[in-house]
Amino acid sequence: MESKEMAEKNVLPKDVPTMDVHPMDDVLRMDRIPHIWCPGCGIGTAVTAFAEGLKKAEIDLQKTCIVSGIGCTGRVAGYVKLDSFHTTHGRGIAFATGIQVANPDLKVIVFSGDGDIMSIGGNHFIHAARRNVNMLVICVNNFIYAMTGGQVAPTTPHAAYATTSPFGAVEPPFNIPYIADSSGAVYVARWTVLQVRRLTDSIAEALKKPGFSVIEVISPCAMYYSRINRLGDGLDMMKFYHDNTEIRHGEDTKNLDIGFQTKIIVGKFVDRERPTYMDSYNKWLSGTVKD
Amino acid sequence: MKYWGKPFGKELPKTPTGEIHILKERCKGCGFCVEYCPKDVLELSDEYNSKGYHPPQAINKDNCVNCGLCGMICPEFAIWTTLKEEAVHEN
Amino acid sequence: MKTNTPAILTGTHTLSGNEACIEGAFAAGCRFLAAYPIMPALETIDRYLQRSSEVDATFIQMEDEISALAAVIGASWTGKKSMTITSGPGLSNMMEHLGLSVMLETPCVIIDVQRAGPSIGIPNRPGQGDVMQARWGSHGDYELIVLSPSSPQEMFDFTIKAFNFSEKYRSPVLIMADEYVAHQKGEVKIQPANKIKIEPRKYFKGEKDKYLPFKRDKNFVPRMVDIGENYKFHVTGLTHDDRGYPVMTEKCQEYNVHPLLWKILNDRDEIAEFKESNTDDAEIVIISYGASSNTAQKAMKQARELGIKVGSLKLDTVWPFPDKKITELAEKVKTLIVPEINYGQIVLEVERCSYGQANVVFVSHGETEIDNPDNLISIIKQSQKEKQVKKGIIEYRNETRRG
Repeated sequence: MESKEMAEKNVLPKDVPTMDVHPMDDVLRMDRIPHIWCPGCGIGTAVTAFAEGLKKAEIDLQKTCIVSGIGCTGRVAGYVKLDSFHTTHGRGIAFATGIQVANPDLKVIVFSGDGDIMSIGGNHFIHAARRNVNMLVICVNNFIYAMTGGQVAPTTPHAAYATTSPFGAVEPPFNIPYIADSSGAVYVARWTVLQVRRLTDSIAEALKKPGFSVIEVISPCAMYYSRINRLGDGLDMMKFYHDNTEIRHGEDTKNLDIGFQTKIIVGKFVDRERPTYMDSYNKWLSGTVKD
Repeated sequence: MKYWGKPFGKELPKTPTGEIHILKERCKGCGFCVEYCPKDVLELSDEYNSKGYHPPQAINKDNCVNCGLCGMICPEFAIWTTLKEEAVHEN
Repeated sequence: MKTNTPAILTGTHTLSGNEACIEGAFAAGCRFLAAYPIMPALETIDRYLQRSSEVDATFIQMEDEISALAAVIGASWTGKKSMTITSGPGLSNMMEHLGLSVMLETPCVIIDVQRAGPSIGIPNRPGQGDVMQARWGSHGDYELIVLSPSSPQEMFDFTIKAFNFSEKYRSPVLIMADEYVAHQKGEVKIQPANKIKIEPRKYFKGEKDKYLPFKRDKNFVPRMVDIGENYKFHVTGLTHDDRGYPVMTEKCQEYNVHPLLWKILNDRDEIAEFKESNTDDAEIVIISYGASSNTAQKAMKQARELGIKVGSLKLDTVWPFPDKKITELAEKVKTLIVPEINYGQIVLEVERCSYGQANVVFVSHGETEIDNPDNLISIIKQSQKEKQVKKGIIEYRNETRRG
């Protein structure tokens, strides 16, 4: 097999003795590294934070599975060493609902991009939040459809350039924490890839919480969003996040809009309790069906 | 019991030192680790790997305190630190 | 929640087609249903819920058909036999995920209770207009097994058969019922549990780190595992190799997609089942499936009483199409008559397989009427008058038709 030979060559480069194993070897598929993401892309950092968060939460990795959609972030499932699925565009959450309801002991994570979850998958997102299905959704927001070449996304800030909005984005963007909050998610947070430690803690916290949790991760897109909009490369975007993010825990999600190169408010916004889908389902069954 | 001053014989605070491991072939020269190292240990080197990127090199190896931020912020899984020794900090 | 009612209701019952279908699903071991309610399949969900606490089965009503099939595929990977139920408009929605379940090689069953189409059509009149869509609806190349029941007893039997096929070939299977069969009440005989043959899922039993999700055995069918058993597999809808990792080259496209076709086509003679009667000396054969086969059987009996040599071939499996049987019949007989409740779908396949050796007469019921046998008798008499084999599909305008 072609790919197998190629993969074997990339196992570990020769300048490192084989005793030196990367600390994330047990959670990542090291036979597929180096990955396909561009230099300066923040998705790799988000995956690192996720791997650390998995270890920190000390959940049973055997009973964890990860589902991804299509897109740059959608490739994450292929690099994580859990039971992983790379499904159709936007339908990862519906797929994960089926897995969770059929086997409630499993912990399901949906790791996908803003175009995948909020555009074609918007319907499944709000329904899963409404039902409070027990899953964690990590939505990496780079404000653009990166895999297909930089088209405008529902999260692209107003007046930003993209290949399908050459005179500036016409539509106002989504405010992902606001939608998650109003649909009923129990844990909503937003971090940029610069705040890796806080992101790791957030992921560890959300993994232990039953119910529908959403973490939006704002990431630079060095090849498309920042290049088309003359914002520099990945490092320049990180410096922008350094100077322009403000941590406001518990902020009302109505005020979290992101404009073009405006301040980004990050933090943990929603942390509440609601009965999960399986709680309500079991109560309904045992309450209405008599022995 | 509250101490008013440092008693004699109390241990001085320890700062760990870290050893940096860099997988040069994986690096894509993004510069995150160089920019965000709190001890300014790294800088982009002049050598390049087989893809043409300039990987980082550790110029002030002794300053590394094993905070692990470079390993967490690297998108390529190309750099990480391991604990070398717990050293006594002179300050 | 345990009651004394078992999953398999052995005995003789009077059930509608919808209800018999659910009983068949429970008998086959199905324990998960994700569906979106649509006429004329609503009674299936009612029956499923009525019995779900006795059988310990799970139900979730999804927000649309697209997510219904996505949830079914996800649930199938946890080890539960899963199915979804829909009608024409829902099947159109499900096409992308039908392709996904073919590519991920996930066993699942989709029941399409057809209705008059296209688009919203008439929700409570029968139709057979989805037969071609069932086979060719999704993009790309694939083979699918599609069954067509024509009575409540067959709804029960074919649902069990569908689950068995799906586990044997690790592929989705469609059942094309229609509103007439779904709402018709009839006698259903259910065998005791030890007489019903259930195909178990083919599991991989080796070491945890040696599992390859798409490594095929000699029948081109790979082994499956459940999520949560520490196999740490990866599957993708992209063109992939044995490990499930995407490889997008020409060699891998052939390596991946070719066995998807041949795992089913190799066994097409066993899968393509049909029931033939009176074809040994027949001059005219009526080829039918689904709801129109009841009329065809009656017309054959009446024609035989009139002395006309008519036989009948009732297709149980519509896809893979029984090419060899149709060609063999076309060589023997003079005319093949195909009644359908649409404007011409399976008749195209019959004409293709007859290779011009027999007349192919199409009896269209596109107005979604279930005909009485007199109409077919007069068409049989008209086709007897044909002196030679005509090219193309023949259609007669008939005076005894109603309306």
